[in-house]
Amino acid sequence: MTAVVEHITIPDRRGPAGRLSDFFWKHPHVLLTVMLAPPLLWLGVVYIGSLFALLLQSFFSIDDFSGLINYEFTFATYRQLLSETNLDIILRTVSMAAIVTLASALIAFPIAYYAARYAQGKWKVLFYLGIMLPLWSSYLVKIYAWKLILAKEGIVTWFLAKVHLQWLLDAWLSLPVVGGNSLSVSYTGTFIVFVYVWLPFMILPIQAALERVPGNLIEASSDLGGTPAQTFRHVLFPLALPGIVAGSIFTFSLTLGDYIIPQIIGSSRLFIGQAVYAQQGTAGNIPLAAAFTVVPIVIMGAYLYMAKRMGAFDAL
Amino acid sequence: MSTAVLFDNVSRHFGAVRAVDGVNLEIAEGEFFAMLGPSGSGKTTCLRLMAGFEQPTGGHIEIFGETAEGVPPYRRSVNTVFQDYALFPHLSILDNVAYGLMVKGVGREERRRAAEDALAMVKLPSYGSRRPGQLSGGQRQRVALARALVNKPKVLLLDEPLGALDLKLREQMQEELKTLQKSLGITFVFVTHDQGEALSMADRIAVFNDGRIQQLGSPEEVYKQPKTRFVADFVGSSNVLPAKLCQKLGVRSAYASLRPEAILLSPPGEGALSLNGTVSAHSFLGAVNRVVVDVDGARIAVASPAALAVPNVGSPVTISFAAHELHPMEDA
Amino acid sequence: MRSDRLNRSPLGLKIAAAAGLAFMHVPILLIFLYAFTTEEKSYQFPPPGLTTQWFAVAWNRPDVWAALTLSVKVASIATAVALVLGTLCAAAVSQTRFFGRETISLLVILPIALPGIITGIALRSAFSMAEIPFSFWTIVLGHATFCIVVVYNNAVARFRRISGSLIEASMDLGADGFQTFRYIILPNIGTALLAGGMLAFALSFDEVIVTTFTAGQQSTLPIWMLEELIRPRQRPVTNVVAMIVVLVTFLPILGAYYLTRDGDQIAGGGK
Repeated sequence: MTAVVEHITIPDRRGPAGRLSDFFWKHPHVLLTVMLAPPLLWLGVVYIGSLFALLLQSFFSIDDFSGLINYEFTFATYRQLLSETNLDIILRTVSMAAIVTLASALIAFPIAYYAARYAQGKWKVLFYLGIMLPLWSSYLVKIYAWKLILAKEGIVTWFLAKVHLQWLLDAWLSLPVVGGNSLSVSYTGTFIVFVYVWLPFMILPIQAALERVPGNLIEASSDLGGTPAQTFRHVLFPLALPGIVAGSIFTFSLTLGDYIIPQIIGSSRLFIGQAVYAQQGTAGNIPLAAAFTVVPIVIMGAYLYMAKRMGAFDAL
Repeated sequence: MSTAVLFDNVSRHFGAVRAVDGVNLEIAEGEFFAMLGPSGSGKTTCLRLMAGFEQPTGGHIEIFGETAEGVPPYRRSVNTVFQDYALFPHLSILDNVAYGLMVKGVGREERRRAAEDALAMVKLPSYGSRRPGQLSGGQRQRVALARALVNKPKVLLLDEPLGALDLKLREQMQEELKTLQKSLGITFVFVTHDQGEALSMADRIAVFNDGRIQQLGSPEEVYKQPKTRFVADFVGSSNVLPAKLCQKLGVRSAYASLRPEAILLSPPGEGALSLNGTVSAHSFLGAVNRVVVDVDGARIAVASPAALAVPNVGSPVTISFAAHELHPMEDA
Repeated sequence: MRSDRLNRSPLGLKIAAAAGLAFMHVPILLIFLYAFTTEEKSYQFPPPGLTTQWFAVAWNRPDVWAALTLSVKVASIATAVALVLGTLCAAAVSQTRFFGRETISLLVILPIALPGIITGIALRSAFSMAEIPFSFWTIVLGHATFCIVVVYNNAVARFRRISGSLIEASMDLGADGFQTFRYIILPNIGTALLAGGMLAFALSFDEVIVTTFTAGQQSTLPIWMLEELIRPRQRPVTNVVAMIVVLVTFLPILGAYYLTRDGDQIAGGGK
């Protein structure tokens, strides 16, 4: 064997790299600082700074005549935010977020349950990719697909005509709030697309939560004479709840902030996202736009606080 | 013979936790040295201080006369066999063994030969092309040993090297390690919580508890003359005689230790000490019977050869032992 | 006994799960059909006829090419930036015990956890306050901000699987910090970084909300599509582009899946 070592401490033969390595070894916090500085400078200073600067602007107001921002601390913008039209927008968005969340949970549960409990081997992979691919495929393409589907001349109308149920669609579209000229310009359309686009975000956490439920727990319940409905209500549902809450964080937050879906598929009435977009863009009212962004932040803050107390973060 | 490792009043505190607290020790070159103690006793931290993974918060460490503080692990000619072996999963066995030589800039051909020699030495000559995941626990342990020894370290550190092996393999490896150490003449420092392992392999043992060395000596000393109650308890199963009995026997110390096998269940011979008590329990252990005798409320275990008759429970009995078997102890 | 009962799933559940999966996939499949329709003016179903002529038309459109090139450039550079920053963060968080690692995780996740519109406006107003003109680089910066988390999640999961003693073993055998990084850490996190990078690329390639705020006059492919969605001018070309986008994003997802399938999860929920 080769005798390499003469001294106990091996002299440095690697030049500057070796010396730098020694320096970092002796001062690990310097290395840590060097590693963390670039990401922290960007995320911690620039990004967080921008967020705070934005929030700060909500305490300024806009001069009605010149259209310029008046840099004086005021709650005027918040008073404006609480006007009837704007409250309408907030209420509309929150209700949409709520029913989208509910519907997503309903559709997601069987998929997540099947994937977590029954799918094995290549079926497991198939389910996994079957959820992952729609999750990651293009957001705009997904919306576009629904524009094709919901169009007056599209597949839904065609299908209903084939099965002689055209009258059902017409009846639905003639309803006051949910109806409209066609599905693609109705709340129903907006709702369907929201559910479609956010669905994978609901499936994954529910699946994660269910995968942690030991199989024999469900067996134990049925062994004890529980009917499937009872097993679901008293065993399965409580155990899946953290996952549902975790998923609802996504569906709720994403719906609150989206401005593209209701713009492309929906009626002309605004959602929060659209209001923000319009205020900062065409209206040039950055303070009001900033105040509007505070709404989802506050709602999500409260939501996250409750979710945390229910232990939903373990399922993320 | 020179000193391989010197600890001069070394401490390693993590905040309020005193993992190592004022340890002094001197390990001689070529020695097989064991650090024995329960988990959390500071033995592993001492090993890590020698390897350079930890720095002392107080005191001074020397390795072969050179100051070790501030010297990174990669500049110490000390190598470690890790408890979980820490083989690199993405490298072949040969590349694992040759790794130390590779990073030191030894040529490809030369390090391949050295690594093959090292693998032959640990009796795994044809395993070079396999991956760590394809090897059994015992084989991985040998690879870890070869990977360390190929660097010709001045000191080899072994962290619970046999802990993960089953009993039979462990006994076999104990033999092999001992033979290997003698033939290479390298200083071995190994950490274990298994007193049997320490007693059978080491030239000297340091018994650790609460970050301090309780006793340092040859296996025989540590076994036969435990200096503290902790050592008496942890190494083997000495009886600890309370102050009352010590006084009766004329020992000038609060406590004294007495090994069960040094006690006879018969009246004293000449120059022997004796105590009277009653038999409170006994059990058959194969070569010996373990008899527990109650002497004034103190329970004293006696290892009586199986050939001798065992007195009934409750019967009075006199136990005797040579005066030199009684070892005064330091602390409570 | 256990597996026996578990393997028999109730029929109702099977149907509901299958219907759910179909709901998720049929719309995407329709995109493929529409790329071949002969109908130009409407979204008529069923298509009156099938043709491949629109692929040639789309191929010859300079605006589509310009948008595609910009998107690929932005996604490549944003991915590179995210790889560096995300790996640094993950390494710092996993290799040391220092207080505040929770904060770092939260900070990294924030750009994705907050609605995109907030990140978009915040960055936009910051850029205009700092008088930075909107350009290629403002788009890249915006994208890198929310791509870091994907790389970070993948890298952190992998770092957690590298036992600390591997790094100590390397140093013990004489490798300094740089050698240990090159010979031990990098080979072990390589596939995780590749997977994270692919996902970051897919995320950036598809992003539209933040981009509308941080892009000036330039159009990335999603912005081009958004304009077509709002004011359809060239439906057949849009159909073809939509199909291509689906194919382009599927490849990195499948790739990332195969790179990380044994052990850690793709950071899917973190999209």
